[in-house]
Amino acid sequence: MVRRALDRKLWRDLWRMRGQVLAIALIMASGIGVLITGLTNVEALDETARAYYERYRFADIFAQVKRAPKRVAAQIADLPGVQTVETRVAMYAVLEIAGFEEPVVGRLVSVPANGAGLLNRLALRAGRLPHARASTEAVVSEPFAQAHNLLVGSRFRAILNGTWRELTVVGIALSPEYVYAIGPGALMPDDARFGVVWMDEETLQAAFDLDGAFNDLSIALLRGADVEATIEAVDRILERYGGVGAYSRDDQISNWFLMNEIAQLRRLAHILPTIFLAVAAFLTNMVLARLIALERSEIGLLKAFGYGKREIAWHYTKFVVVIGAVGVLLGWIASYVLGRYNTQLYAQFFHFPFLVYRPGPTPFVLGLIIGVGAALAGAWRSVRNAANLAPAQAMLPPAPPMFRRTRLSQVGWLANIEQLTRIILRQVGRWPMRSFTTCAGIAMAVAVLIVALQWIDATDHMVNVYFREAQSQDVSVSFAEPRSTEVVRDLSRLPGVMVAEPMLFAPAKLRFGSREERESLQGLPAEQQLYRVFDASGRALRLSDDGLMISTMLAELLGVQRGDRITVELLTGRRDTFTIPVSGTFETYLGSPAYIELGALARLLKERPTASSVHLRVDPVQLPTLLRELTKLPRLSSITLKSAAIVTFNETMAETILIFVSFFIAFSCALAFGVTYNAARIALSERGRELATLRVLGFTRAEISYLLLGEIAFLALLALPLGCLVGRAMAQLIIVAFKTELFRVPFVIDPSTYAWAMITALLATAASAILVRRRLDRLDLIGVLKTRE
Amino acid sequence: MTKIYRTGEVEVQALRGVDIELRPGELVVLLGASGSGKSTLLNILGGLDTPSGGTVRFRDLDLSTLDDAGLTRYRRDHVGFVFQFYNLIPSLTAVENVSLVTEIAARPMPPEEALDLVGLGHRMQHFPAQLSGGEQQRVAIARAIAKRPDLLLCDEPTGALDSPTGVLVLEAIERIHDELGTTTALITHNSVIADMAHRVLVMRDGMIHEDRTNPKRRRARELSW
Repeated sequence: MVRRALDRKLWRDLWRMRGQVLAIALIMASGIGVLITGLTNVEALDETARAYYERYRFADIFAQVKRAPKRVAAQIADLPGVQTVETRVAMYAVLEIAGFEEPVVGRLVSVPANGAGLLNRLALRAGRLPHARASTEAVVSEPFAQAHNLLVGSRFRAILNGTWRELTVVGIALSPEYVYAIGPGALMPDDARFGVVWMDEETLQAAFDLDGAFNDLSIALLRGADVEATIEAVDRILERYGGVGAYSRDDQISNWFLMNEIAQLRRLAHILPTIFLAVAAFLTNMVLARLIALERSEIGLLKAFGYGKREIAWHYTKFVVVIGAVGVLLGWIASYVLGRYNTQLYAQFFHFPFLVYRPGPTPFVLGLIIGVGAALAGAWRSVRNAANLAPAQAMLPPAPPMFRRTRLSQVGWLANIEQLTRIILRQVGRWPMRSFTTCAGIAMAVAVLIVALQWIDATDHMVNVYFREAQSQDVSVSFAEPRSTEVVRDLSRLPGVMVAEPMLFAPAKLRFGSREERESLQGLPAEQQLYRVFDASGRALRLSDDGLMISTMLAELLGVQRGDRITVELLTGRRDTFTIPVSGTFETYLGSPAYIELGALARLLKERPTASSVHLRVDPVQLPTLLRELTKLPRLSSITLKSAAIVTFNETMAETILIFVSFFIAFSCALAFGVTYNAARIALSERGRELATLRVLGFTRAEISYLLLGEIAFLALLALPLGCLVGRAMAQLIIVAFKTELFRVPFVIDPSTYAWAMITALLATAASAILVRRRLDRLDLIGVLKTRE
Repeated sequence: MTKIYRTGEVEVQALRGVDIELRPGELVVLLGASGSGKSTLLNILGGLDTPSGGTVRFRDLDLSTLDDAGLTRYRRDHVGFVFQFYNLIPSLTAVENVSLVTEIAARPMPPEEALDLVGLGHRMQHFPAQLSGGEQQRVAIARAIAKRPDLLLCDEPTGALDSPTGVLVLEAIERIHDELGTTTALITHNSVIADMAHRVLVMRDGMIHEDRTNPKRRRARELSW
């Protein structure tokens, strides 16, 4: 019966302090929400990918060759561990879509005449597969179809080996091979300018002179087969057919991006919640300590009645568990909504035909344990203090706080400051830990904002360096086969072309010691005018004619330094192997490229100089004419406009980053608001008497508000620079954590980012200050003064 | 003047019709048991509260018509308060607690002088936690009179103190009244203290029960209880 009375007290306390309880719960909910959203998203993406790959038989090993007879497939199928082999024709081609002026690149992929094929099967979204030998029927990838409003029955044109052919869309599909559909040389998927087109196998064989042959191979392995050994065996077989090296699913570009995204998400799901939960624990500690201070005499009374330590401890533990539970509950709701929304967003971005979003209980249970655990961790000291209070001592009022004059208050201008400001400074000095907590909370809010906004700065910087400073071409054209460098001269004669510069890709394996990397050598003129080898520090580099200029990422992967000799096994031409010195390294944000002077590469290939692509600078007025002329050229595999690439990059980044940034802003506002609100409310409850006294002495509402809110403003001002420093450090850490072979986010923080982060945190702080200020206006002067504290 | 408090459904008539006048330079003691309405009267005189009916005038100022800002102004410019529980700011030293008021007053005396007046010139740099109860109350008095108020209101100033300490505090009030001629109203339930007043108002049930003038005032130091 009595115990029920104690429970009633618990609920009334919670209700009375609902503002503070909610503020803590919100911060906790943010942490739990991010944690669970992250975990369920990771789980959903993981499971969706796995189910998709399994259902549509995504291959384990991929290989491209120049031209191999079909019978080679049987040879590969006999290799140990190989389950299924499928051969295809796959080529890049220029497409023309009515109403779309810019060049479009298509990946033409064959589907067998007998139907869906064995591996990398299509998920048909509309229509049907092409009929056997139907030479004008095509299935197009769904995002591409959506970007151009292509429906079953729509027509478009493609250059097949130099001749235009009009194609009819008979189906729209998705493929596990193109979850992340990225065009040649592009950084981001661009659904308008890159599409996959599936056509009848015989038709493509005929069009590309591959009758009875193939140039693309997919292999499915038996469970437990040795991937590396199989790749080596496949390479040996394909070598004489112009194989450029087989690679496993891990290196397949679409899968690689997808797995990277999942890994990043997993990291994010760990970093952020830690911050929020730590702050929530701090706040729980503050609020509970104050509650227990206010209830000293009640605790003494309860003990005098015969309540034991354990019952008192349990009473206050329940208080904390309720706060934790509210936080967890809100976090659950937020993460259920956000998790579903986010996963759908990812599904759109990655083009899954279906979505496996069945969040299991594990992340939710984990959130519960971590949330309540954090609250309890924050509270255990206060709870222990309450339980240990001696009854007689507890019923006495607490000793008045002891203040000290510091020598500081007697020197210079500090000796002359007015008394209200002096009170503020002494309060801060008297409770340094509490002041630090408030300060740290606001600083964390600033830091989290900086981390979020830094991504925008970094991407801007990356776009600038990569697209604007390093590359000054307007158009790049690639050929299906390397061409004699005479093509450069031919291209410079086309209308509007001001500068033309060749480039040659030579697929190769690079070895140093026991390490091996597959990386194309990129041949460029020693002094590049358009496509420049650019160091992240902003220097264009000259290529020496006797060595490799490699990115620091590649140097790291191979463990080499300038001057070391790398073994290069060319996978094209005569496939020679030789060693070549590293003449220099440079820092780049993207990929792990290796550059070599074009002439030197030709000598290594023992060929006359050739180019696999040509970069052009173009008079913008003549660009449309030029594009028309370019599409007339035979054996062109792609035409890329740089301006389009920038737009896509920015759009994709905007889509993904802005969502992510807005979550961060919401969370950090919750943080700043919650911390300030709690600090102010606690101060108000402790110092109501002091404030009322001042009002009686003739101080105005504004003046006593200054006393309370001035302290918070003072701490907030301290917190701003601190937050900037912490944010800077966190951004650096996160960048290191997010570093991948493909992508290094540069560490760039624009001054305006600091400003925005501080302004946002200040606004959130001010909002809670206004709420507390309204309470100050209702301060009961007479009631407060009449009672002894 | 009347005052009715409403808390929820309960209505309390704290003042049932009080009509008094405080004359300049007078020392008045308001005597009464708890619940007699004396604190309510003092709060209204000090501008902490407003009457439900009737008017309160300070010189030409009608207190009953003032809003919160006006009352704040009135307290700031004209009234000095001393409370039973001192209400010093714990984070400020004695002299700083006094400066708190002198900094916002129009024609204050130096804080040091105010502390000298209450006999605490030697403890100026001490914090409230380092002072005894009587010393804290004298700092509170110094704080109340440092701005040279027109009206000094003391609510049970000796209520939390023993007799010898209480006498010390009363002596400080008496000295200030003598030296500055401040109109002073003092609330107490201790009838001994009434002997030091010019005039004694005895309150009962929210009304002035008795209004008498002391033929002969006793000095504070002669009092004991």
